Amino acid sequence: MSAMKRYIYINDDELSQNLYCDNRISNKKYTILNFLPKNLWEQFSRFMNQYFLLIACLQLWSLITPVNPATTWGPLIIIFAISATKEAWDDYNRYLSDKKANEKDVWVVKQGIKKHIQAQDIRVGNIVWLRENVEVPCDLVLIGTSDPQGLCYVETAALDGETDLKTRVIPSACVGIDFELLHKIKGVIECPNPDKDIRRLDANLRLFPPFIDNDVCSLTIKNTILQSCYLRNTEWACGVAVYTGNETKLGMSRGVPEPKLTAVDATIDKLTGAIFIFQIVVVIVLGIAGNVWKDTEARKQWYVQYPNEVSWHELLVIPLRFELLCSIMIPISVKVSLDLVKSLYAKFIDWDSEMIDLETGTPALAANTAISEDLGQVEYIMTDKTGTLTENRMIFKRCCISGRFYGNESGDALKDVELVNAVASGSPDVIRFLTVMAICNTVIPIRSKSGSISYKAQSQDEEALVRAAACLHMVFVNKSADILEINLNGAIVQFDVLDTLEFTSDRKRMSVVVKDCKSGKIVLLSKGADEALLPCAHTGQQMRTFAEAVEQYAQLGLRTLCLAWRELEEDEYREWSLTFRDANSSLVDREWRVAEVCQRLEHDFEILGVAAIEDRLQDGVPETIKALRQAGINFWMLTGDKQNTAVQIALSCNFVSPEPKGQLLLINGKTEDEVCSSLEKVLLTMRTTNSEPKDVAFAIDGWALEIALKHYKKAITELALLSRTAICCRVTPSQKAQLVELVKSCDYKTLAIGDGGNDVRMIQEADIGVGISGREGLQAARAADYSIGKFRFLKRLILVHGRYSYNRTAFLSQYSFYKSLLICFIQIFFSFISGISGTSLFNSVSLMAYNVFYTSIPVLVSVLDKDLSETTVMQHPQILFYCQAGRLLNPSTFAGWFGRSLFHAIVVFVITIRVYAFERSDMEEMSMVALSGCIWLQAFVVALETNSFTVLQHLAIWGNLAGFYFINWIVSAFPSLGMHTIMFRLCRQRCYWATMLLIVAVGMGPVLALKYFRYTYRPSKINILQQAERLGGPILSLGNIEPQPRLLEKDVTPSSGTQPKNRNPIYEPLLSDSSNATGRSFGSGTPFDFFQSQSRLSSSYYRNCKDT
Amino acid sequence: MDLGSTDGASESPSAAAKKHSKKPKYSKFTQQELPACKPILTHGWVITAFVSVGVIFIPIGLASLFASERVVEIVDRYDKDCVPSTYGNDTLAYIQSTQTNKTCIRSLTVPKQMKSPIYIYYQLDNFYQNHRRYVNSRSDEQLRSKAYEFDTDDCDPESNTDKGPIVPCGLIAWSLFNDTYGFSLQNKVLQVSKKGIAWKSDQKHKFGSDVYPKNFQSSGLIGGAKLNKSIPLSNQVDLIVWMRTAALPTFRKLYGKIEVDLEANQKITVVIQNNYNTYSFGGKKKLVLSTTSWFGGKNDFLGIAYLTVGGLSLFMAISFILLYVVKPRPLGDPSLLWNINPVGHSN
Repeated sequence: MSAMKRYIYINDDELSQNLYCDNRISNKKYTILNFLPKNLWEQFSRFMNQYFLLIACLQLWSLITPVNPATTWGPLIIIFAISATKEAWDDYNRYLSDKKANEKDVWVVKQGIKKHIQAQDIRVGNIVWLRENVEVPCDLVLIGTSDPQGLCYVETAALDGETDLKTRVIPSACVGIDFELLHKIKGVIECPNPDKDIRRLDANLRLFPPFIDNDVCSLTIKNTILQSCYLRNTEWACGVAVYTGNETKLGMSRGVPEPKLTAVDATIDKLTGAIFIFQIVVVIVLGIAGNVWKDTEARKQWYVQYPNEVSWHELLVIPLRFELLCSIMIPISVKVSLDLVKSLYAKFIDWDSEMIDLETGTPALAANTAISEDLGQVEYIMTDKTGTLTENRMIFKRCCISGRFYGNESGDALKDVELVNAVASGSPDVIRFLTVMAICNTVIPIRSKSGSISYKAQSQDEEALVRAAACLHMVFVNKSADILEINLNGAIVQFDVLDTLEFTSDRKRMSVVVKDCKSGKIVLLSKGADEALLPCAHTGQQMRTFAEAVEQYAQLGLRTLCLAWRELEEDEYREWSLTFRDANSSLVDREWRVAEVCQRLEHDFEILGVAAIEDRLQDGVPETIKALRQAGINFWMLTGDKQNTAVQIALSCNFVSPEPKGQLLLINGKTEDEVCSSLEKVLLTMRTTNSEPKDVAFAIDGWALEIALKHYKKAITELALLSRTAICCRVTPSQKAQLVELVKSCDYKTLAIGDGGNDVRMIQEADIGVGISGREGLQAARAADYSIGKFRFLKRLILVHGRYSYNRTAFLSQYSFYKSLLICFIQIFFSFISGISGTSLFNSVSLMAYNVFYTSIPVLVSVLDKDLSETTVMQHPQILFYCQAGRLLNPSTFAGWFGRSLFHAIVVFVITIRVYAFERSDMEEMSMVALSGCIWLQAFVVALETNSFTVLQHLAIWGNLAGFYFINWIVSAFPSLGMHTIMFRLCRQRCYWATMLLIVAVGMGPVLALKYFRYTYRPSKINILQQAERLGGPILSLGNIEPQPRLLEKDVTPSSGTQPKNRNPIYEPLLSDSSNATGRSFGSGTPFDFFQSQSRLSSSYYRNCKDT
Repeated sequence: MDLGSTDGASESPSAAAKKHSKKPKYSKFTQQELPACKPILTHGWVITAFVSVGVIFIPIGLASLFASERVVEIVDRYDKDCVPSTYGNDTLAYIQSTQTNKTCIRSLTVPKQMKSPIYIYYQLDNFYQNHRRYVNSRSDEQLRSKAYEFDTDDCDPESNTDKGPIVPCGLIAWSLFNDTYGFSLQNKVLQVSKKGIAWKSDQKHKFGSDVYPKNFQSSGLIGGAKLNKSIPLSNQVDLIVWMRTAALPTFRKLYGKIEVDLEANQKITVVIQNNYNTYSFGGKKKLVLSTTSWFGGKNDFLGIAYLTVGGLSLFMAISFILLYVVKPRPLGDPSLLWNINPVGHSN
């Protein structure tokens, strides 16, 4: 236990001086000394780099190297230099920002005197003084503030993204210490070793005499101000440094996230592996052939002078030579090109003006630049509800107070005359209800200079309740220390807050214990979810109206909160308060123990009523979901909200649509057996209906989910795969993450989108995490790979950016292999006419330039290529299917490129050696002819594969061709470069140009014919849309084409084989059946049916395709 | 190309730019809205392309065949016939012996009139000048300048003798072709001009005028020809020609030029010194006399290839037209879009 703790001696320069690190923040990865080795080590941990290094080292052996070692070393060094420079630059910037933070001036007490020192010199145990609006330099435990009650306010935006002000308070032991004495304070703080939990600090403080008594005083996160927060609305504050430098909560939570690998990357890696194996095979075959040829033929070739006796290792020379010759099969440039284009994809997302949230001016941000292609391959979207689908702008709409419904007619309780009258007449039930609304919270009222009051709240619900109460003349006016002031119809009522039983997602309720300052009565006020509060009601109370109200509100898609209260006896409270304090100061399992203690007080409630809060859907949510579902993406809603609310939201945003086509199956149950049987039933229905053109979704609640995940993992996995839509309610953050993991483990690409801290784990777990930079702070956005301002941008992010990125990378990577294979095949062919001795046809300069310049530049501009216009894609989201199924980059498309490179190599090689035969067969000329042939072909290949030519594309493709000649003219002008005058000579030959023309015609003719034939007679959907889009005409009507149900039926059946067409008896809607188990009627009792969209079709064939 | 459909980039960005004027970085590039031309493979475009390839290629093919046809070429394989029948199968002994008479007289008939200049080539078959051991066995530095005389690292095994470095070093120079030809027409000697048979650039830049042969073919195995020690390398044209290594195992190298016209049916007598050993590896030696055309020497390949490609693309064009007529398929047919089962994609 002691190893887990640190003891901090306050203000003691000797004792704690050097025990812990100083406050120097360092985000640097490298130092000047270790930069080179460390960076090289990191770079060489990748397989591709190791491979290239091996090749480069082999090339140093002059006996076997067919070309100058510079051909590999050059690009290798360039690539490494680029990566290293980027790293160094980033690191330097980090160093600069660290330096700025480290050299800030702060006031610190040293040797009993307040001194101005640099922030980096703060030591653990120092007392640090802060002024208003100053950034906190390290984690401090508060010991004094300018506020007489010891309060201060901090803004934690930099830490957790939440923009509201948080109250921090000095520990009870420090209350009342004189300002003058503060810097003489001595004591010891016992706290855990540094961790990254910014919501928790379980520590104890003991002040040494003469300050107060020698009691241990517990410290919580409430008593701290953390690094990077700002002090607000407080003149000054001072605290003891507990964690410094990189050991602060912020410093510890800074971590390098695991790099995510996209599916495309994985495919490319696999293909690279395949090419590597192919290369080895070629090397072995040629090596053996070479050795055989050497022993049979070469010995007769006297001019070669093979020595007669050779040592055994000579046998290795030829294979190794071929290994080097074939090493270009794996293009050294592909990694660099990919990195380059990927960062450009990310930039396009950042720059996209159509994804700027106009309300807040937040642009989209791609924090992870490496995974844009995955966006185009998303198959499952796990979405949070509140704040993601909805605006998270809560408005109090209706309420039910002691059996009376308010706001049912007008839809707005605040305008309900009855309620207003009830308030005016001082109906005690209503007043109590309003009191709970107004003060059972952690809201801070802030009075501006003009006298108006604004509220700073951590929870949107609380703010909505307080505002609503204020509208009903129960104005929460002031909060100073523990005293709350309420202005009720002009009369000030004061309450003393004795304890706050905070909200946690497990407890699902929060309570405050207040003492009415006038009557001295102690009251427990509580609000929370119905299932957390209603069971705690005292036995006598009739629950039916409240349950009905909850039901009714939930069906309207409103969020419900139950409000309750209980008067406490003085003794009961005092006794409980001791245990509560005890639990609060425990160092182990504090959260659990506190919850347990809270439970002891929260019982026998008198339920006051139910408040219903509306959270409007964000703009464009239904359209976005509809489009993405059409694109074949499965949606899962994972929400902490209750089932009915979730289902209602699901209905209103196209997740679900009422009768008669779909079906919503409910899985619930409180025990293992119940869950099991419910699960089995649902599964059975799923299996049988899966063949029918019918969308079946399931809804599961957190409790059942927990049981299912624990005991029936296989069943739930099968369910997950069968169902395109799921609604999971009442789930905890870790369950969200578990569900994401479940789907991910079935090899589906998952995207998690959320906005709040409870979504962070799910976002990090998913293949792609998208954060909504919303009202719940930036926490989710910060953890995410992409952050967007509104849910509706997801459509553009996936359909436009994801799709383009995938298409472009697919082309670029395969093309990179194509061009490397092309030149490599020519080398291999050449070796057959050069005695299989491993002669390189091309010289070193050409080989290097081929990979680095001639063929890289044209393909890089493919980042601007668009096969379809954005509008077309948005109108036909189904087209995303090609990306999801990996249609554009898979072994078979790769085989196409492989074949093409083989064909082109044959064309170039045969034509070259036939035309440049006999008296023309000079090696230098011929190698240049073959090289030009390759360059011409690749220019036309890029041109043929480009769908839209912008100026840049023309420039890169044709400019590159001109650049090839220009560069070679220059090289030809130098006598020492081995190809002196060659290019000038060739350009003067008619037959050189005739050869180029022939190569292009023979090489491209069949490719063009084949492409045209496919394009016209076997068109893919992309082709049809391209044709439609560019020829105009039918495109206008295209957007409105709906599939015919008759056709649907016909098409889906064959793919599903033997499934019976008539309905199975189990086809009974299970909803009403299983809802009996929970004693809840589900709306009108009819099952929910899902809208049968055409996406159903696309997904069904898409799955078939994936399987085959 | 079908330029009919350029991207409508003109109207939307300007509107968008106004709307998001607070974003300064806006540009057509960043929004991926650069105006673009989006050609597609329409029937017309593809058929036109194939027709035009046919129309362009066939005349070029005919012209080049015609040019090749006009080139007069005499090829005489002499390696076999120049070995006296007494040696029978033991050709190797004959060629390696220093005692035997290597002179061989051949008579060639001119089939058609040959306009000067008539190029004399020797052709070697199955000779791997591109072998890896061979092709790199030279020192360009040494050839270029006297200062690099000792730069013979790449020349093994023909780099040094006891007396110092070999100049020119390396296997290529060592195996220099050493058959010689003397031509006479009706007992009148035909002058063979060696002028201009080597590349000027080679003579000027690659072979130094201050580099003289040294220790060449002086010890150990004797490879090919010897060099006159008093002539600088820049003037050793036969060596320079030989050192331009051939990329193919069958190659011709320029031996010289005859600057007079030859008439049809004239008989040329060639006196060959048959010194070079191709017998050990079964290589052929041929003497070639050839005129030239605007398209180079005699090579039917380009002509035939052009005619074939031209013909094939006309054929393709016609079959595409027929296909289009027989089975018309409108482009961009919406009925093919989402409501059919995509047979073509299911595997």
